[in-house]
Amino acid sequence: MIEVNGVTRQFGDRLVLDDVTFEVAGGRMTGFVGGNGAGKTTTMRIILGVLAANGGTVTLDGRPITSADRARFGYMPEERGLYPKMKVAEQLTYLGRLHGLSTAAARAEVDALLERLGLSERANDTLESLSLGNQQRAQIAAALVHRPVALVLDEPFSGLDPMAVEVVLGVLRDYAAQGAPVLFSSHQLDIVERLCDDIVVIGGGRILAAGSRERLRAEHSGLEFEIELAGATADAGWVRDQPGVTLTHLDGGFARFEAESDEAAQAVLARAVAGGAAGSSPMHVQRFGRLTPTLAQIFKEVVQ
Amino acid sequence: MTTQHETAHRPIGVPQAAWLVAEREITTKLRSKAFVISTAVLLLFVLGSVLFGGIVSQSGGFGSTPTVAAVGSVASSLDGSGYEVTTVEDRAAAEKLVLDGEVDAAVVPGGDTPVDLTVLAKDEAPMGLVQGLSASPTVELLAPTTENPFLAYIIAIAFGVVFMMSAITFGSTIAQSVVEEKQTRIVEILLATVSARTILAGKILGNSLLALGQVVAIAALSSVGMLITGQDLLLGELGTALIWFAILFALGFVLLAALYASLAALVSRQEDVPSATSPVMWLVMIPYIAIIVFNSNPQVLALMSYIPFSAPVGMPMRLYLGTAAWWEPVLSAVVLLASIAVVWWLGARIYSASVLRTGARVKIKEAMASAE
Repeated sequence: MIEVNGVTRQFGDRLVLDDVTFEVAGGRMTGFVGGNGAGKTTTMRIILGVLAANGGTVTLDGRPITSADRARFGYMPEERGLYPKMKVAEQLTYLGRLHGLSTAAARAEVDALLERLGLSERANDTLESLSLGNQQRAQIAAALVHRPVALVLDEPFSGLDPMAVEVVLGVLRDYAAQGAPVLFSSHQLDIVERLCDDIVVIGGGRILAAGSRERLRAEHSGLEFEIELAGATADAGWVRDQPGVTLTHLDGGFARFEAESDEAAQAVLARAVAGGAAGSSPMHVQRFGRLTPTLAQIFKEVVQ
Repeated sequence: MTTQHETAHRPIGVPQAAWLVAEREITTKLRSKAFVISTAVLLLFVLGSVLFGGIVSQSGGFGSTPTVAAVGSVASSLDGSGYEVTTVEDRAAAEKLVLDGEVDAAVVPGGDTPVDLTVLAKDEAPMGLVQGLSASPTVELLAPTTENPFLAYIIAIAFGVVFMMSAITFGSTIAQSVVEEKQTRIVEILLATVSARTILAGKILGNSLLALGQVVAIAALSSVGMLITGQDLLLGELGTALIWFAILFALGFVLLAALYASLAALVSRQEDVPSATSPVMWLVMIPYIAIIVFNSNPQVLALMSYIPFSAPVGMPMRLYLGTAAWWEPVLSAVVLLASIAVVWWLGARIYSASVLRTGARVKIKEAMASAE
């Protein structure tokens, strides 16, 4: 588990990180979202030790993170780059060795990785001769070549073609499944929502929200509910007459309403179930639930 | 999740990491066709110059020993003067040999000058022979030097040119390599693994080895060339100077490489490299110009042989001229080492502070202030 505790960072007079605290748990995918200039890249650079913090600590499994730990991290910086005139396999081997692999181990790892990423045929081509999509795959390989024990990826999906996105997703899931902490930032909130177990929202250098996806959703959902009734004569119009309930949308057996309290909402459900059971009309409850906000909605709410 | 790949990883030590960086610098350069071709041309040029110089100075001209036909009594006066002498009966026989191309020239008695000899040649006056037979006034040098001033001048230029060319070639290489990593942002991936100082050290090491390799190759080729053409005497006089040139060049280049690298780290685009590194360029040019202008001025040479940037040129020159005591190059090397320590300290701070800052050119003052 990577823990970021009260990290601050200034550039000149500008405070870009203000008491940033969150954790990246092992075996879970953590999404890091925030607007441009919110402090995502700076935070990631501090975790990787590329940049020093002015205050606060970063710990790995409870102890201060060392450069030896960091050498085993996989890092993909926001701005991509490899040596343009160096052959793909050669520079990946170089990076692997720099991370502490023996030459033989690095070569084997590079072969396996290029195979998986569909780049084997281009292994001996220079990077600049590859298509943009293939260059991005090579970039991903650069972050993974030393079989990292934790991944910190800055916008890993930006600019990827859909096939590459799937490949990267597969790799990230594998790493998380093996128990590695995986932190990645993204502007694509739908991907983060679909993929992440935990979400950290940063804005203006401060952590605005952090926690598991479910908890964040629960915290940010209001008392808005939906009920869907099915059956020949399904009509949810009666919801309008329930006490403590305001109907906001009605369409045959479907109703969306705001309740004053959980009890008022439960009363709606009870009446619907009872109505069906009474058999006066053939209808039953197909669906009842609290409306959960999408990540985009939560993001909008916390950033404001 | 910290045990899974334990066996695959050995945390890499600073020297190994620096060596890996150096190795990449070297292999990248050695694989560059432009570099290999230009180096080959340079080496051929050096060898050619030495051989040419040797042949010209030895025979006073091209080709084999000149053949001369001489009539009777004159023949004895040509003995031992380096000509192959054929004795002939009379002027007519001599003329025939000259016209047939059997001999290069002929010498016969008689003529309008006090020398009382006539030189016969086919279509061109044989200047060497004419000078050999001419009566010249006696020359007495009142303050003679052991060295030939013209040769000293040539050697001074040779040291200056080799120093300047190698320093600029490999200085630009290290500067471009720094900016390439900065421009492509791969430096951020590198920095997540090894420290900025390690990267810088590796780059300096790699390029210094390349530069030293080139200089040693030039020195070795020149020595071989001098041996082939029988200039053993010159080689003997130059030997110590050549060895110290290599040592001081290696140290001097480390100094220059550190400056090139840290100044290049201030900019983010290849186009800005020349302007950012122009101060070092001047430091490289100064010894070259100074050695040409002041190669016969002992005071300036003595000064140059201790200034870190000009020592690689100034000290070997003094050693060749025999004006430096044995301990002087050692002292000069110590001065260089001390300068390297200072420049390394400054350069590493500038490099570390600027290498991640892309965009506008970073000011040295800012870089020093923000160094961590």
